Amino acid sequence: MWRIILWSLGLLYVFGAAGWILQAGVVRETKVSDTTGDVTLLNVACDPTRELWQDINPRFTSQYLKETGRSVTIKQSHGGSGSQARSVVDGLNADVITLALWTDTDLVRKAGLMDEKWESKLPNRSLPYVSTIVFVVRKGNPKNIKDWPDLIREGVDVISPNPKTSGNGKWSFLAAWGSVLSRGGSEEDARKYVTGLFQHIKVLDAAARGATMTFAQNHIGDVHLTWENEAYLEVKEQQGKGNWELEIVYPPLSVLAEPHVAVVDKNARQKGTEKIAQEYMKFLYTEEAQEVIAKHYYRPTNEAVKKKTADRFPELKLFPVTIVGPTWDGIQKRFFAENGEYDQLLAAGRKK
Amino acid sequence: MQTKPASPTRTDPWYIRGTLIVLTFGIIGLLVVIPIVKVFGEAFRDGIGAYWTNLTGDPETRHSIFLTLMVAPVAVALNTVFGIAAAWCIARFRFPGRTILITLIDLPFSVSPVVAGLMFVLLFGSRTPVGAWLMAHGYQVIFAPPGLVLATAFVTFPFVARELIPIMEAVGTEEEVAARSLGAGGWAMFWRVTLPNVKWGLLYGMILCNARAMGEYGAIYVVSGRIGGVTSTMPIHVQKLFESGNKDAAAYALASLLTLLAILTLFIKVMIERKLRQDQAEAAKPMEAP
Repeated sequence: MWRIILWSLGLLYVFGAAGWILQAGVVRETKVSDTTGDVTLLNVACDPTRELWQDINPRFTSQYLKETGRSVTIKQSHGGSGSQARSVVDGLNADVITLALWTDTDLVRKAGLMDEKWESKLPNRSLPYVSTIVFVVRKGNPKNIKDWPDLIREGVDVISPNPKTSGNGKWSFLAAWGSVLSRGGSEEDARKYVTGLFQHIKVLDAAARGATMTFAQNHIGDVHLTWENEAYLEVKEQQGKGNWELEIVYPPLSVLAEPHVAVVDKNARQKGTEKIAQEYMKFLYTEEAQEVIAKHYYRPTNEAVKKKTADRFPELKLFPVTIVGPTWDGIQKRFFAENGEYDQLLAAGRKK
Repeated sequence: MQTKPASPTRTDPWYIRGTLIVLTFGIIGLLVVIPIVKVFGEAFRDGIGAYWTNLTGDPETRHSIFLTLMVAPVAVALNTVFGIAAAWCIARFRFPGRTILITLIDLPFSVSPVVAGLMFVLLFGSRTPVGAWLMAHGYQVIFAPPGLVLATAFVTFPFVARELIPIMEAVGTEEEVAARSLGAGGWAMFWRVTLPNVKWGLLYGMILCNARAMGEYGAIYVVSGRIGGVTSTMPIHVQKLFESGNKDAAAYALASLLTLLAILTLFIKVMIERKLRQDQAEAAKPMEAP
């Protein structure tokens, strides 16, 4: 008797689970109304912004609830910027994308999911915050790393994620290349320097957070090229851990990193979430959100908040990415496409 | 001095025995025991109350446990049906392409799980004909639970079939032929003769399949889109918590639960192995007259 009961319970469980799985694939046809009802948004973001969104999302949802009486749930997905863009193109149903660089966002437009001129749909060219690439070194800076040329000194091991998949990786690459150009070096000098730099890179993680784990928790490498916010996060995380402590080094100059945000128009229209997704992105420009942004060491773009939080962000010369190439499409094609500069200099570095 | 003859298992000199034993225990200790102890140690560091809060406090963590407990059994059930069909076909019939079929069954073992995941994205992605058609009819496969099941089932496909083929071949067809000649139909023969003969082997395969299914990471990473609270399974969520810096305790708590499920699986596996050996011993005995 107990055998039959056990069997039927087991079968019930499996069939229940199968039923649940099957229904979970059904896309709810009912469109969200513009004015009433609960809403779920999906924010597909790049890797190092987890803490930022964790802080911002509840603020937006509670404010929205107060103003309109509608409850919004925001789901997050994080990963390397390039692979996140690819997933959205392949059908990951994002309402907004908050990726690391223009090309990744534009890839989604190229796939027909976003309107042309997405950049001008939100204030400040869709940039609620900017950032840069800085150095993180072991406490006391034992290898005395101060500037870009120090990275290719004998015996210095560098950690930075893979430029093919990661936004952090691409920005590190462009910062290194631009650091030579903006000091008057030629393209050939830049190529030589970056080739040398990638010979010093010991681990190429797929995304920003993986590289942080490699450097901070696994104690590999002497210097970590990373987002400014990620640098502060890992220094804080390692505080009080003896000789595993870290410190930030600001090079005299670095790249002005511009991680755009955007609404994925086609998805949002289909789901009826267009208006709320817009509101969500516009919320990032409010003073409240801008202060949260500054708190997480992203550089706010609101002038008032920028002044107020200036002491958090040391001055350094930030050069625009346009000194490396006039357009993002050109940069992508020249540096990161198949057999581009990056592939070639990796191959050249290996031959030596 | 030596009064008793040395048994064959004791003929190796003491230092070889000693070294081998120490080496084996050392390696198992280093690679298996210490990490597991560490996981549980870290998980329970702040006491059982904190452990419970870590597991149940966060809705995304709760959902990841729920999702794994939904996805794994369905994948195992699929593979049980496929596995029995495949094993039956291979063990009972001779046909052209049989060897190729055996090789194909093994393929998921040698394909990297990440590649397996990518194959499903390439098959069901919204830019492919199949994916676009499904999407147009309001059904999402990848970046949704059905895709998780497909990817998991693919990666764990060989376990059941691999386990059943040799057993079915060893059991042979005599009893089935006897059943048919006594008038049993196809289904009656299957339920009353074939299945009882292989049931412990089948369970063993299902258990292994389940162990692998619950822990699958690579393929799931690709097909899930890693949406917190929607498609993050336990392994994905462990990694996410671990990478969140300040949530190590929660990561270890969830990891310990995953380990606990694995140990439970192992426990059932040992019990089934004992049964399996008994069955084989009985089969080896000469048939007794009734």
